[in-house]
Amino acid sequence: MSKTLLHLNGLTKTYPGVIANDDVSFDIAAGEIHALLGENGAGKSTLVKMIYGLVRPDHGTMQMEGVSFVPAEPRAARAVGVAMVFQHFSLFEALSVAENIALGMENPPKANALSARITEVSQSYGLPLDPERLVGDLSAGERQRVEIIRCLLQEPKLLIMDEPTSVLTPQEVTTLFTTLRKLKDEGTSILYISHKLEEIRALCETATILRGGKKVATCDPREKSARDLAEMMVGGKLNLAESKETTLGEVVLEISDLSLPPQSAFGTSLRNISLRLHRGEILGIGGVAGNGQDELLACMSGEVSTTAEAIQLNGLSLGHMSPNERRTLGVLAAPEERLGHAAAPDMSLTENAMLTAMTRKSLSKSGFLDWPRAKDFAEQVIKKFDVRTPGPQSAARSLSGGNLQKFVIGREVLQDPSVLIVNQPTWGVDAAAAADIRQALLDLAAKGASVIVISQDLDELMEISTSFAALNAGRLSAARPMAELSLDEIGLLLGGADAAA
Amino acid sequence: MLRLEKRPNPSKIWGYLAPVLAVIATMIGGGVMFALLGKDPFEAIRIIFYDPLFSEFAWYYRPQLLIKGAPLILIAIGLSMGFRAGIWNIGAEGQYIIGAICGAGAALAVYPLESALIFPVMILCGAIGGFAWAMIPAILKTKFGTNEILVSLMLVYVAEQLLASMSLGLMKNPEGFGFPGSRNLQHYASAHNAELWVGSGIHLGVVFALIAVIFGYIMLARHQMGFHIRLMGESPKAARFAGVNPNKLVIYCLGFSGALAGLAGMFEVAGPSGQISIDFNVGYGFTAIIVAFLGRLNPFGIMLAGLLMALTYIGGEIAQSSLGLPSAAIQAFQGMLLFFLLALDMLTNFKIKLANAEVRT
Repeated sequence: MSKTLLHLNGLTKTYPGVIANDDVSFDIAAGEIHALLGENGAGKSTLVKMIYGLVRPDHGTMQMEGVSFVPAEPRAARAVGVAMVFQHFSLFEALSVAENIALGMENPPKANALSARITEVSQSYGLPLDPERLVGDLSAGERQRVEIIRCLLQEPKLLIMDEPTSVLTPQEVTTLFTTLRKLKDEGTSILYISHKLEEIRALCETATILRGGKKVATCDPREKSARDLAEMMVGGKLNLAESKETTLGEVVLEISDLSLPPQSAFGTSLRNISLRLHRGEILGIGGVAGNGQDELLACMSGEVSTTAEAIQLNGLSLGHMSPNERRTLGVLAAPEERLGHAAAPDMSLTENAMLTAMTRKSLSKSGFLDWPRAKDFAEQVIKKFDVRTPGPQSAARSLSGGNLQKFVIGREVLQDPSVLIVNQPTWGVDAAAAADIRQALLDLAAKGASVIVISQDLDELMEISTSFAALNAGRLSAARPMAELSLDEIGLLLGGADAAA
Repeated sequence: MLRLEKRPNPSKIWGYLAPVLAVIATMIGGGVMFALLGKDPFEAIRIIFYDPLFSEFAWYYRPQLLIKGAPLILIAIGLSMGFRAGIWNIGAEGQYIIGAICGAGAALAVYPLESALIFPVMILCGAIGGFAWAMIPAILKTKFGTNEILVSLMLVYVAEQLLASMSLGLMKNPEGFGFPGSRNLQHYASAHNAELWVGSGIHLGVVFALIAVIFGYIMLARHQMGFHIRLMGESPKAARFAGVNPNKLVIYCLGFSGALAGLAGMFEVAGPSGQISIDFNVGYGFTAIIVAFLGRLNPFGIMLAGLLMALTYIGGEIAQSSLGLPSAAIQAFQGMLLFFLLALDMLTNFKIKLANAEVRT
């Protein structure tokens, strides 16, 4: 092992009611790709924020190349060679690539010189990018390149990357990895944050695993199996979802030629979407967010109405129906945004149970609400789906992301749907909760319901779907059996190449 | 340094404590203001809060409490529904005026006919008048996306002009020696909203206010419509997902608050006020906004807040005459109440923390 670049010693950071980091110590060597692995809430973000000068530790010290390192603000961290690519980009869509990069620099050079530098860096690291293009026209992968190049122009010694592949297609991931390996060979250290285990095993030579704010281990991920890593991350045995063989039944839900103009200035339009959903089928719809996922879910849930014939359940047209009319027929949905869409943040779980279960669970008699029954139903969801909460009187916002998501999915599943549409069911959810949610969806399909899972997480779709279609710029590819598809084909579908077209 | 931190669950205790502390803070703040005006603050506070209830003239002021409180409560109950849903009817004053004009108009149209049907028809006309006036911002909002705050507020001034025109023209008392103002309905038996028990202050409007409180409570706590209203206020997207039609809710909330404001106007013109006149409206529609918030948008809270506000009105009037306090001071005093309430309200959802600015490295 080469010399140590950054030495972390006993870093501790406490927030009210939670210890985000508890005595975390490890070293990042010069020229290594070091993975930081952990579930949501394990303290990864807090740790890197301390390194990047966004958060000050309560205790503990850091040393950069043997010199005490106490960054008071990101500028100080950048000055000693720490750069960071955030999970959520901070780019102005109306400005060009070069202008965006100039905005993030302390002393930007002249426009021409900067463009030349961008082109040079982008070519030498295999990150094709035209400095004159508007960021608004770029794909998520290209936007990430803007952020990476912005960092590389500072010639950093340590590059921090927060969940860099969450928005990329498989092909883009390959490109990114090539770049990261080249950087490593040039002596740059990379701190790579992810919860995707296969990626880490392919890319990183060292991994530090955090759980509940504490360091669990530092190991070589190539010597561990994905399952070992996952169990270290979760701290127990992991229930991996098991799919049972199901034969497809008759067509239950049919969408034909569904088009929808954009609902807002930045919305996506849906174009001629058609699909057939069979009894017992789990249709995975992949695609990078912003390609019409939210719009498709809104059309299915009834929040947006379409022409009546566009959506048919067993031959009955329901495109014009309200959400509750559809619920009566057994078509249920769980949107992506947990707080503020699927659940009202300040309302109790009982009230949130009432939110969608009013019709199907007969919680209302001629307009009057039966709160005791709603409470019973909420308790049932909490119990069956192992939602960790003091009780049904707790406000939705007091639950952690994973627990609230279990509640939201459980609320729909326990209403015994004939068709369930979920969007990003495990986004930002810890591994154990994600596994439970996937298992619940599989069980639901095994009982004869039809499920549509819209997700950006390809691993998830490959794990649970029986068929796959990709959503790209508001168009849906033809659905194909998951088993027939290779990763390359999926990548092509996501990029908009429809094999059937 | 002080810092606010969001509570995971809204605090129940602070929900009850905030209005009480707001009243106390208003007494202190108001006392300072009265002292700066050169009056004895303790006497002023005693006159405002104590005298109307317990002085030797309390027999006169106590019924006034109900007479002034009823319209405030009636209007505030209506407003609270919309406020809970994030639909801001600021123009209750206008709906109150139109309700009064329509109610009085129904009676004046058939004067001097005496019939038991006249009063019920007046009630209906008052409610419909207020409802129709509130439909203007409602329909403009649902059809064209206009802002209901601006439209409803501006319609207050239109209503005031209409009121002036009515008192000087169409509704002017032909036997009134040319003075502006309509016939006095107190002298028209079929149309008079008389006290149910003489000297009690309880007229039919007070009964309606009580019914509105109970109705409001049942609606919010037990009925689907109330649940949808709360849901809309909490999270419009979640409400849509739950199947709420936002346009219907706008129509419902504005219509309901308009009808109640119209009723309040009608009971006022047929009872305590007696006639349509240029200065018929005295700001109940605006004060009811304070009442609604002071009562935490909770029907029973509104009932207490309405009575408290009526108390400051009556006490304020006594203080004006006996201490010579300017009327603006009383208005500022009432404003302070809302100010302190909204400030203390933060503590329901946030707690104050001493920030630990020190960093040990």
